[in-house]
Amino acid sequence: MAQADRFFFDRYGLTENDLEKYLAAALSDGGEYTDLYFEYTSTSSILVDESLVKTATEGISLGCGIRVLAGEQTGYAYTDDLAPAKIIEAAKVAAHIASGPARVSTVGLSAVEAPHNFYPVAHPPVDRELADKLELVQRADRAARAYDPRIKQVRVGYADQVRHVLVAGSDGRLVTDFQPLVRLNVSTIAQSNGKSQTGSYGGGGRVPLEFFQGARSPEHYAREAARQAVVQLEAREAPAGEMEVVLGPGWPGILLHEAVGHGLEADFNRKGISAFSGRIGHRVASELCTVVDDGTIPDRRGSLNVDDEGEPTQKTVLIENGVLRGYLQDKLSAGVMRSTRTGNGRRESYEHIPMPRMTNTYMLSGRDDPGEILRSVKHGLYAVSFGGGQVDITNGKFVFSASEAYLIEDGKVTAPVKGATLIGDGPTVLTRVTAVGNDLKLDPGIGTCGKEGQSVPVGVGIPTLKVSRLTVGGTAPRAATSFVR
Amino acid sequence: MPENSLEQIAADLVGRAVKAGATAADAVVREGDEFSSVLRMRKIESLKEAASKALGLRVFVATRSASSYSSDFSPASLDRLVSRTLAMARATSDDPSSGLPEREWLGKHAGDLGLYSDDVHALSTDDRIAMARRAEEAALSADPRIKNSEGASFEAGEGTKAYANSLGFTGSYRASYCSFSVVPIAQNHDGGMQRDYWYSVARGAKGLDSPESVGRKAAERALRRLGARKVPTCRVPVIYDAETARSLVGHVFEAVRGDAIYREASFLAGKLSAQVAGENINVIDDGLRPGGFGSRPFDDEGVSTSTMPVIEKGLLKNYLLNCYTARKLKLRTTGNAARGIAGPPGVGPKNFYLVPGTHSPQEILRSVKSGFYVTELIGFGVNIVTGDYSRGASGMWIENGELAYPVEEVTIAGNLGEMLKNIGMIGLDLEFKSALAAPTLLVEGMTVAGT
Repeated sequence: MAQADRFFFDRYGLTENDLEKYLAAALSDGGEYTDLYFEYTSTSSILVDESLVKTATEGISLGCGIRVLAGEQTGYAYTDDLAPAKIIEAAKVAAHIASGPARVSTVGLSAVEAPHNFYPVAHPPVDRELADKLELVQRADRAARAYDPRIKQVRVGYADQVRHVLVAGSDGRLVTDFQPLVRLNVSTIAQSNGKSQTGSYGGGGRVPLEFFQGARSPEHYAREAARQAVVQLEAREAPAGEMEVVLGPGWPGILLHEAVGHGLEADFNRKGISAFSGRIGHRVASELCTVVDDGTIPDRRGSLNVDDEGEPTQKTVLIENGVLRGYLQDKLSAGVMRSTRTGNGRRESYEHIPMPRMTNTYMLSGRDDPGEILRSVKHGLYAVSFGGGQVDITNGKFVFSASEAYLIEDGKVTAPVKGATLIGDGPTVLTRVTAVGNDLKLDPGIGTCGKEGQSVPVGVGIPTLKVSRLTVGGTAPRAATSFVR
Repeated sequence: MPENSLEQIAADLVGRAVKAGATAADAVVREGDEFSSVLRMRKIESLKEAASKALGLRVFVATRSASSYSSDFSPASLDRLVSRTLAMARATSDDPSSGLPEREWLGKHAGDLGLYSDDVHALSTDDRIAMARRAEEAALSADPRIKNSEGASFEAGEGTKAYANSLGFTGSYRASYCSFSVVPIAQNHDGGMQRDYWYSVARGAKGLDSPESVGRKAAERALRRLGARKVPTCRVPVIYDAETARSLVGHVFEAVRGDAIYREASFLAGKLSAQVAGENINVIDDGLRPGGFGSRPFDDEGVSTSTMPVIEKGLLKNYLLNCYTARKLKLRTTGNAARGIAGPPGVGPKNFYLVPGTHSPQEILRSVKSGFYVTELIGFGVNIVTGDYSRGASGMWIENGELAYPVEEVTIAGNLGEMLKNIGMIGLDLEFKSALAAPTLLVEGMTVAGT
């Protein structure tokens, strides 16, 4: 049995008998399904700024969320007190979504082991000595400052957590999981001749502290953050207008997250409010594109053994050779759409109602050589680092913001340009993918996705991609006119 | 739990920390409840109701500090929290700028700020659902092209926050809010869909707009987006409506925060007393506005709040500071300490707003021959360090002073430092719907990137 299995039973004296009592209380007004979500999260974080350890914080949150489903309706309540009377009280509040006598009786609970363990971390970072974590952070600080005399400010953030979860459902499922997570982030400011520029890089995953050794050392992240800021000092105005865009591998995969990922979450499609609604089986991308959401990649930030509804995660094909194949499902939407769950029911914490969310979303490698892709562009933009993005699900328009980009002139990568937002249309942007590199890379493990006020850790990835036409939101329109094809 | 007992919990926790060896300490304790109901297509989609509590502790060992949080208020748990936090503090760095406020900075505003309204609590669940239902109904029945809805919701909550520190300060205050919103979807004959929203938010139920007016406005906003197109890349005046102008004021706030200033991580660093905006620009941070969403009798370090001019006739008058950033800059705190439960205090806005001008939004529109009226912005393309600005936008194209047709899939770009100097007209339509507020603004010479 996995490590977390007995956590709530041992530490809080929970019994299967208790769970069955709570489930029955939640169904007392006639609900069709209920589940209990027990969560214990322990976190620690450190901030080094001006080479001083300015902040060290740790904390614990503990609670139980109770959900009751009645048709398409959800009743939800939670408590941060695990006393049986408090849980029963919350269960009765959630029960009110239904009205009538109890109709469903809970089948006996049976503990199911998650079919896999994608993050077998014996000593999670949160339990390690503060001194070990401080060493990583201080090494990153020193390396960023040593990179170049123009680096004037360095801020290093470290954060870890473990989450123990237990899901008990009225269908008899009793699932537990133990979810470690850690990230290290470096942000820098370079100054020269009165100009300032910024850089930011980091990494992490569901891994032990030893992850930050070798190729993923604190020095590695620090130098990359410093390099970005220094490169940007020479940046000229970004172009404005439509042009050919090449996206570098890895984190630029945020394109997929915004352009297609959110639009394929089943809640939006159950309601018919996504630009992708009703388009299963249609061509939504060039045939070079196959896109998957995969919660099962070992050690990854976006991976889970089971989702927050107790369903095992899986690898779900969203787009296959350009054709839309499927949506990301949770329990409620799969039930309404008569589809199958895909292990994408996630929530920020026990205070939140679960909904369909991405895990790790990426495009499979193609056949093109990345160097060839760049050489094939006469005039365009090569974007290699990105900040955040956002999408309007209904009209499909999405943005993502380049933080490091270069002009491509006659097949050569030339001058760096300032950060700019790229905007496109989700259902058509992938139809304009004219080359897919053979170099799929996943992001370094620092992504967080926000939806309806809930944040969850996610991953993205792409190989080098060429998009024949995308609007680049710089400030240099005259330069842009020369790029119009 | 009565308010004074939350103050006692905070003071008791501070006492435990000092007894265990902290040279100074402070604590926040929060307790509250939340309610939300969501309807979609006239049916209840979800109901959520819960109460919660949490506390946060910060301890100092001379000039070293650390912090922690928990929702477990049992004495054994608090003792464990204190000893772990002290151990952490000993491992951090000596930082001469750290520490509690100077004793003479402490204080509370005495009057009632109107933060709590008991009519929120008095609303029954049915009343609350009915308001969301009426708003959605008004949107759905506004026009046959309103064919779907992302839903309508009603949310409400109230809570008490207490603060205590080892200088002997204790205080607490109670606040409430309620709001509803509706997100209708309009659809063309060609199947193209557009969503938009409208909402109302207030400290008390009496302050809410009528659900019907909110529903109709949401429908109008969605309908006018139907048939939106891209425009050619150009340089034009951009009008921000009051909703999107609020985000610009938010960027100004980010740029005057003390933590961005001392790190030179702001395009306004080193600009105190300089001309940073047009002479027509005045920005104020007001902690005492009755019922304001940023109003509070004292900040999260126990410092009395007040009203600070930030930009006066285009001159940068004040940065916004907590104790730490004030000491770094050798200034006095402005009472802007803001602290969640986890971690030390940061810097937050009080009621931070751009002072309204004299022009109606219509007048501003009429002044533009060819330009872009922005009603929604997406993405995060704003760099406070450089002021570089590039965001996704949608709205209406302006031709000869009239709204001509809807626009989407374009970006607007410029530099915040220049944009603040290029605000040509300021609307009179200032409304306080959050801690940040701005009227309609016309910004000259921005780049719109489209085809």
